[in-house]
Amino acid sequence: MVLLYGLLGFMLIGAIIAIETKDLLSSVISVGAMGMALSIIFLILGAPDLAIVQVVVEVIALIMLLRLVVEREDVTIAHRYRYGEVFATAAGLVFFGIFIVFASIAYKGMPAFGEPLLTVSQRYITEGFTISRAGNIVTSILLEFRAYDTLGEATVIFTSIVGAVVILRKKGRIHK
Amino acid sequence: MKGMTLIVKTITRLLFGFIIMFGVSIVLYGHITPGGGFAGGVMLACGFALLVLAFGKTTAIEIIREKSFEAWDSVGSLLFLGIAVAGFFAGTFFFDFLSRGTPLRLISGGSLLWSNCAIGIKVSAGIFTAFIALSGFRMSGKR
Repeated sequence: MVLLYGLLGFMLIGAIIAIETKDLLSSVISVGAMGMALSIIFLILGAPDLAIVQVVVEVIALIMLLRLVVEREDVTIAHRYRYGEVFATAAGLVFFGIFIVFASIAYKGMPAFGEPLLTVSQRYITEGFTISRAGNIVTSILLEFRAYDTLGEATVIFTSIVGAVVILRKKGRIHK
Repeated sequence: MKGMTLIVKTITRLLFGFIIMFGVSIVLYGHITPGGGFAGGVMLACGFALLVLAFGKTTAIEIIREKSFEAWDSVGSLLFLGIAVAGFFAGTFFFDFLSRGTPLRLISGGSLLWSNCAIGIKVSAGIFTAFIALSGFRMSGKR
């Protein structure tokens, strides 16, 4: 538990550095360090599937962001405090305080850490192997019991990549 | 984009096959060991991205054509949808009509293996297309 909270603190520090630093490159690198800490947290909590996905996605996202940041160095954001920003920060802090109050009230009604909320997921764990006969129960939940969700996710990835390719290409279509 | 030094090129030439093999094994054994179609697919995309980064875009495109990746993206999606529709003709949508086999073998778990393969093809091609779109098209636009 101590290691878990230490990693959480590391992630918070990385997130604050990523937001507050002026240099885009160090911001990208601290985001990458944050993702690696998150993958170690997944590994400690006993979710190796999620940890593998987190590491791999973090690496490819870091490569893409580094390529983009190294290409364009002119994007450093000039930052200057004005009265409007002071008001925005104060309003943000007030709303954050209100959120913390209500979240702490709602937190008391939540089940304890690690206890499942739904009884349906208990059935997946107890009967998953006998129904799907697959060794990895996470895959059997993703592709057997929740296959609709996975189809939706695949459609979301497909649509987002088609949109990204259409928007980001510089070539344009040749009109005849 | 010219590509990197001779050291990086040699190491990439040695390691590229192993990266692809590791990604394929993560995809194929996704229903037995941790991993699956998404993780293995992103690993394959990482391998192709390494090829592009090390050898430069013009050389790498001769080995792997970017247009074919856009096609493979669609092919993976259609394969996954095809598995679902094949189940529809056998009973209900996503009905698993394949034989289950003995557990903890490669050919087991019904359609899980084939769904993992479809998602692996789809995700690897899609993520690599996004990588090319973000890093390669900018080069062509700059001239």
